[in-house]
Amino acid sequence: MSINKKIVDDFVANDVTFITTVPCKQLGSVMEEIETRPEIYHIPANKEDEGMGLCAGAFMGGKRPAIIMQNTAIGVTINTLVTLIQFYRMPLPMLISYRGELKESVACQVEMAVHTKALLNQLRIPTYHFHQQDDAREFDTILKYTFMCNKPVAILTDATFWEGS
Amino acid sequence: MIRSEIFRDIAPRLRDQLVICNIGLPSQELHMIDDQPTNFYMLGTMGLASSIGLGLALAQPKTVIAIDGDGSVLTNFGTLPTIANNVADNFILLIIDNGSYGSTGDQPTYAGKKTSLAAVARACGCGNVVECRAEETGKALQAALDSRKMTIIVCKCESGNIKVPVITKDPVVIRDRFMTAVTA
Ligand SMILES: [Mg+2]
Repeated sequence: MSINKKIVDDFVANDVTFITTVPCKQLGSVMEEIETRPEIYHIPANKEDEGMGLCAGAFMGGKRPAIIMQNTAIGVTINTLVTLIQFYRMPLPMLISYRGELKESVACQVEMAVHTKALLNQLRIPTYHFHQQDDAREFDTILKYTFMCNKPVAILTDATFWEGS
Repeated sequence: MIRSEIFRDIAPRLRDQLVICNIGLPSQELHMIDDQPTNFYMLGTMGLASSIGLGLALAQPKTVIAIDGDGSVLTNFGTLPTIANNVADNFILLIIDNGSYGSTGDQPTYAGKKTSLAAVARACGCGNVVECRAEETGKALQAALDSRKMTIIVCKCESGNIKVPVITKDPVVIRDRFMTAVTA
């Protein structure tokens, strides 16, 4: 089974039916897979903090949301993560393309990569890093954990992980 | 008319609807004038009232009114194309456009100068964009409620604030109370 299909299957199995995205080259195939699923309302956002607002509203409307974005978005969304998602205690799985890791070709991406885990740690956001394809076995458990504890949770997925697909 | 006078005027029409209210003085004024479990007060995160409102409207069938300000819409302009392209006929965005950043001391916004938020919303593809004077807000809101069509109301009013207490309710209490009202 392709890794994209597995990830989206896990979303659906956990009743995650409202997904907002801001594109990244690495995440293109998983977004395409989402588009093929009638169970999921896919709503592209223009900026990641806007996407988190959409997710907060969907959650209060009874849906389980998720956001798919690039790690550069951590810089965009710190205020929203802290004053909306964390302050009101809302669950939010964040499937994040971890640009700037091994096999990166764009030097500028590394500048954000070196801050990514430190920022997530500073925000006390539970963080998982998928490096090998096998790591995705935990995705289902991570989703259950996220909706159990009502917190934003980061799943960093790097180039090595996506290359395996 | 200033924002708080509009709130007093439209409070009876808001009371039975799900309301997402903008950060700062708008939330504090609405909370003081007519606190309801169906009100979600934003205590932080400027600019996201319309996004939260749209997400809520798409997720469930009840009518949602997001009360936003001109400054907040300017800070999250990306919301307008998203609204235009994800039509939720149970969603009303009410922009109280006083041409200033009210909560921070009435510094002027560009919406009070050359920029028309109604024209921007239309250019983004939003249908049913209504611009009205403050005095007509209640009528415009009722028309939007009756139409059951996604509507954006830009209400042009005077800037000015009244003295209001801050909201001391815990955010989780606000959220839990609101979610209970959503499913009631
Ligand atoms: Mg204003």
